[in-house]
Amino acid sequence: MNAIDVAGLHVRRGARSVVHDASFSADRGEIVAMMGASGSGKTTVLRVIAGLDPIAGGSIAIGDVHVDASRPLGGEMRRLLHRRVGMVFQFHHLFAHLTALHNVWLAPVHVLHHAREAAETRARELLNQLGVGHRVDALPHELSGGEAQRVAIARALAVGPPVLLMDEPTASLDPERRGELASTLRQLAGGGTTLIVATHDQDFVEACSCRVLRMEAGRVVS
Amino acid sequence: MNLRTLRTGTRAPVHFVHQRTVRRFSVLATVLAILVTRAAAQSPELRWGGDAEGGAPYVEADPNDTTRVVGFEVEIAQLLAAGLGRVPRFSQAGFTTLDGSVTRGDFDIAMSGIEDSPARRSRLAVTLPYYQFREVLTVREADAARFRSLADLHGRRVATLGATLAYELLAKAQADNGLVPITYEDDVHPYSDLALGRVDAVLLDDVLAERRVRQNPGLVNQSSEVGVGYYVGILAPGNAALRDRMNEILLQAMRDGRLEAIFRRWNMWNDDQQRLYARLTGGQPAADERSESSAASPGPWESVRRYLPALLRAALITLGLSCLAMALAIALGAVIASGRVYGRGPVRMVLTAWVEIVRGTPLLLQLFVIYYGLATVVQLPAFLAAFIGLGLNYAAYESEIYRGALEAVPSGQLDAARTLGFSERQTLLLIRAPQAFRLALPPMTNDFVALLKDSSLVSVITVVELTKQTSILAANIGSWVVPGAVCAALYLMLSLPIAHAARRLEQGWSKKPA
Repeated sequence: MNAIDVAGLHVRRGARSVVHDASFSADRGEIVAMMGASGSGKTTVLRVIAGLDPIAGGSIAIGDVHVDASRPLGGEMRRLLHRRVGMVFQFHHLFAHLTALHNVWLAPVHVLHHAREAAETRARELLNQLGVGHRVDALPHELSGGEAQRVAIARALAVGPPVLLMDEPTASLDPERRGELASTLRQLAGGGTTLIVATHDQDFVEACSCRVLRMEAGRVVS
Repeated sequence: MNLRTLRTGTRAPVHFVHQRTVRRFSVLATVLAILVTRAAAQSPELRWGGDAEGGAPYVEADPNDTTRVVGFEVEIAQLLAAGLGRVPRFSQAGFTTLDGSVTRGDFDIAMSGIEDSPARRSRLAVTLPYYQFREVLTVREADAARFRSLADLHGRRVATLGATLAYELLAKAQADNGLVPITYEDDVHPYSDLALGRVDAVLLDDVLAERRVRQNPGLVNQSSEVGVGYYVGILAPGNAALRDRMNEILLQAMRDGRLEAIFRRWNMWNDDQQRLYARLTGGQPAADERSESSAASPGPWESVRRYLPALLRAALITLGLSCLAMALAIALGAVIASGRVYGRGPVRMVLTAWVEIVRGTPLLLQLFVIYYGLATVVQLPAFLAAFIGLGLNYAAYESEIYRGALEAVPSGQLDAARTLGFSERQTLLLIRAPQAFRLALPPMTNDFVALLKDSSLVSVITVVELTKQTSILAANIGSWVVPGAVCAALYLMLSLPIAHAARRLEQGWSKKPA
C-alpha cells in the first residue's frame, strides 16, 4: 500500500491555475525528490499536501486521510492530516521566541498531550541523533543555517508523522552538510518514514539515491 | 430682583426703585463704554482678567451676547476704569492661572472671586477687600439635623473647590476630625453630587452656596460659623502705585454707595459688607475678629514639607490608578485586537468603529460622560469612574498596538504551528501572542508612561492625584517652582523604574528566554 497517493491535483492561486493535474505516489520508507525550476509548483504541491493551501481539484490520500476539493479541510480532518504529515520549511520557521529544545517538545506536549518530561527527553534524543545535541539551549537566531535545519527536522519528527515533506532542505547548507543530510534522510527512510523532498540540487538527489519526479509549469512530467 | 431682597430690610421698596434706576444707568453706562471703546481707541485701557467659567455672579458670558461678560466684578472693573480715566478690557484666564498671569503682566488686575491670603499679600500687590464672604456648609435636607458643623462630618466626604480658603479649612478639618475633602474644578458639580449622595456636604462661599441651594431644592445651608474671607483684586508686585490709586477709588465707592449699589444689583448686599466698608473707610483693617488667614505664611520648602505626605499619597493614587487602568487596557485591548484579527466581518466592523470613536474623542470628555453624564443612571464612585475611563480609552490604543504586533508575526511561524497540529487557539496562545508581545512591549511601555501622565485628567472628576495635589500646593504657596519640581521628580520616580524594567525584559529576550 502506498504511503501517499496524489491524483489529478489542481491548485489555484486566485484565478490562476498553478498546479494542473499532478499525480504521483510514494511507498512507505521511500524518498521521492521533486525537481524542477523555481516557480514550477514544487512548494505549492508540498503546501497543499500539508494542508496549508486549499485544493482546487483531484485528491490526496495519506493512509486513512483522504482530502479532495469537495471536502474542505475541516477542524477534525485537519487534525488527522497533521498527524500523518510533517513539514520542514525552506526557511525552517523555528519558533523565534523558544529555544531549540523547546521548539522540539512543544507540539508533543500540547498536541499529543505527552508528559513534559518524557517529551523533553525524547526531544534531546532527536537533537542528539541529528547532531545538534549541544545546541539545545540556543535561540533560533543564534543557530547556523545547518543547525536550524536539523532542529526543524527534529521538531517535525517529534510528532512522529509517517510522511515528511521537505522544501529545499539543502538551500542553507554547504556541500559537506549536504552529504550529512542525505545520510540522515536515508536513515529516516530506513526507519519507515516516507520523504517527499522539493529540491533543485542534483548532487543531493544523487547522494540520497532517491526516485525523481520532475515538475514543469505546474505539471509532473516524469 | 427677587423676593429675597424685597423681604429683607425695611427700606426694600426704596432699594427697589433705587436699584432699577441704577440698573438703567448701568446699562446706559455699559452702552456708552462700548461706544467710547469703539470711538476712542486711543484712550488707555485697563486690562483686567477673570475666569468667565466661574460664572455668575462673578464674571460670566452675557446670555444675550456671549461676546460680552457680565457680573459684579465686571461692574467693579468698570468702576475702577472710570476712576482711572481708562476703558476696561476683559481677558479670559483660568482661575488657577490668574496669579501667574497678573505677575507676568498679561493684564493689570485680576478679579474673579479671588480670596485674600497671606501668601497672595507676600507675592502680589493686593487691593482692599471689596466683599466679605462666609464659608457656608451645605447639606442635604435629610441630614440637616446631624451634619451641623465640620465636627459632625467625621469620615464623610466634603466637597469644595481646590486652592481656596474652604479647601484649607477642610484640609485642617481632615487632620483634626478625619473628614475627607473632595476637590472640584467648578462650583456646580459639588452641589449636584451632594444632591446625588456622592458627597455628604459642600463647604463654599455663601455667594455660591445661596445660589446653588436656590437651584437644588433638596439642599440646605447650615448657619454655623465656619470661616470668613475677602474678595480682592490682585496686581503685579511692581504695580503698588496703581493698586494704591485703585484703593482710593474703592474707598470712595464704599463711601458714596456705588459699591453697595453693585452688590444690591447682584443680590449680594448684606450687613457684613456694611460693617466691612465702615471699618475700611474708618481706616481700620478689614478683619474684625481673629482672621482665618492671619498666620504667617510659611516658606515654600516648609509648605512642601507640610504637603509632602499628601503629595506622596497622591502619587500612590496616580500609580495605583495607572496600574489598574493599564491592566484593564491590556486585557480589553488584547480581546479587541484578537477580535479584529480573528473575528468575522461584522465583529471586526463593530470593534473598528469602537476603537475609532474612543481614539477620536477627548479623554476629558469621556471622563465627564462616565462620571457626570451617567450619574442619573448609575453613580460610579470617582475612582472607579476614573479607572474605567482611563482603561477604556487606553484599551483602544493598546488594541491597535496588539493588532499590529499580531499581524507582524511572520506567517511562516503560523504555518509551522499548523503543520505540527496546533489548533488556532493554541497557535495564538503559544506562538503568535508571545511573539507579538515582544514586539508590543516598547510601545506599551510608552503608553504606560503616557497613561501615568494622562491620569492627571481625572482630577476633573474629583480624584485628587499627583498633579491636582501639586496645583493645590502651588496655589497655597503661590508659586509653581518648588511644587512643580517636586511633582516632576515624583512622576519621574514612577515612570523611570517602569521604563527600566521594560528595557531589562527586552534585553533578556534577546539573550536567553526565561
